Amino acid sequence: MTGKRPRSFYLLAAFFALFLLFLYGPTLTIAILSFQGPDGGLTFPMRGVSTHWFADLFREQAVGDIWGSFSRSLVLGVMVMLTTVVVSVMGGLAFRKRFVGSTVIFYLVITSLVIPSILVSLGVGLIFSQSGLNVHWSTSGFGSQLTWTLPFGLLIMFAVFNRFDRSFEEAARDQGASAWQTVRHVVLPIIAPSLIGVALFGFTLSYDEFARTLLTSGSYNTLPLEIYGMTTNVTTPVIFALGTLTTLFSLGVIAIFLLSVWVQSRRRARHGSDAGQGMV
Amino acid sequence: MRNLLKNRNVSGWMLASPLAVVLVCFLVLPIAMIIVVSFWGATEFSIYPAFLFDNYAFLFGSPVTYSVFFNTFKYAVITWGFTLVIGFTVAYFLAFHVRSLTWQIALFLLCTIPFWTSNIIRMISWIPFLGRNGLANSTLISWGVIDEPLEWLLFSDFSVILAFVHLYTLFMVVPIFNTMMRIDRSLIEAAYDNGASGLQTLTNVIIPLTKPGIMIGSIFVVTLVMGDFITVRFMSGSQSANVGRLISNDIALLQYPSAAATAVVLLSTVLLIIAVLLRFVDIRKEL
Repeated sequence: MTGKRPRSFYLLAAFFALFLLFLYGPTLTIAILSFQGPDGGLTFPMRGVSTHWFADLFREQAVGDIWGSFSRSLVLGVMVMLTTVVVSVMGGLAFRKRFVGSTVIFYLVITSLVIPSILVSLGVGLIFSQSGLNVHWSTSGFGSQLTWTLPFGLLIMFAVFNRFDRSFEEAARDQGASAWQTVRHVVLPIIAPSLIGVALFGFTLSYDEFARTLLTSGSYNTLPLEIYGMTTNVTTPVIFALGTLTTLFSLGVIAIFLLSVWVQSRRRARHGSDAGQGMV
Repeated sequence: MRNLLKNRNVSGWMLASPLAVVLVCFLVLPIAMIIVVSFWGATEFSIYPAFLFDNYAFLFGSPVTYSVFFNTFKYAVITWGFTLVIGFTVAYFLAFHVRSLTWQIALFLLCTIPFWTSNIIRMISWIPFLGRNGLANSTLISWGVIDEPLEWLLFSDFSVILAFVHLYTLFMVVPIFNTMMRIDRSLIEAAYDNGASGLQTLTNVIIPLTKPGIMIGSIFVVTLVMGDFITVRFMSGSQSANVGRLISNDIALLQYPSAAATAVVLLSTVLLIIAVLLRFVDIRKEL
């Protein structure tokens, strides 16, 4: 497979480029349109260039409780991220051996992944309302989001442990390490880069989650719910400005995570271990 | 105690217990609650415990239900077709035509990054493209292809499916790419050595070996589309309906029992489809 590239390569490369344009084009468009002049509308042409609509976001009365909802989404995202990492690692460790009921749990995880989100929202909302509890983003919202992030975290952990070389653990045990010491000093360092991946899924899926939080967040909205509310009553480019900012925030978060994976693997390469080099 | 800890069932359950607790509290119990409430009665303002089949009788007696379910299947099938073709082509390019691993990873990440950004923003961003005075219409008019703006670009079945394809194609790309990367390259060389053309290799070697990835991608896409309510509502401008919207409308009217009955039927349908698809693939082996 060396030498001159076949014609199909160029066709496929063009297709791929179009696909990327399709993926990113609309987002770039609203990024441009968010710099509309003060008289500009939701579509082209641009009526001047300004940061008017970004400034609008910082004016308290102009739009809803954006900053409150942003900080709630942020806190919730971190809560979900930490829980997802811990629970997924424990779950991943548990599933390395078959135990009674492991198949049931496995299929529950799959169900959790494929169940229509609105059902989780509806069911959790009903349980809370019928038992007289108040729905709140940090309780019912938190739990509902976990049903979406945990399956991803677990699937990643399954993939990681399927490729895990057990001889490292055996070596540790042979040298007298306890079960906990083996996990702490051998297993966790080896799977660390994948944990960053799990954390990335946990945070971003929570930060953007909409349907599962809809009926479970109570009177205080998370950011996606706030944005959704805006789509029905805001008809100015301020919504594009918000969209651009929150997308930039997501991209920043993704960059931080990817960068830390890269730094980790560099450091590992320097130290000369070949662990965890398999593709996930 | 030491022996107890060594018992794999005990240690397994100890490690899996947080997972089990979350799944029971926020998945199993809510589903049970929905099933229970689907038999309850409702007044205009409240719901009350009962054991009625009214909700199901109404659901199955209404012609709206059938047309809405038909619409849901329609969206699912069309979206599945597009995402499969696009996703397969993209994954095929990445796996077999991009030669360096670094480039493969970089381009693969480019495809997956939108997955970690907001779906709602990605939907909103189609408005300036598809609107009456949007980019698509003004471009087509300036090229002289059309004289008047096309009305069906935004707030139509077209825009709904476009948004679905936009949002969910990467759910096809990722599993298909993952499976393709595991295909033993010598099999492809063997096919060429035996005189197979590129197309024959594709249909006789690569596609059969990629089937598990295709199945997993299909499970994602079909369930995401069937359970959706927000994309259909937003991109159709509330003009089209699917089952998810039926449920969310009932919820908005506080008709929880009726919403629950629809939810039970939807869940059964989705799980039935998954059960059929899972017959073709062993998920645990594919991870």
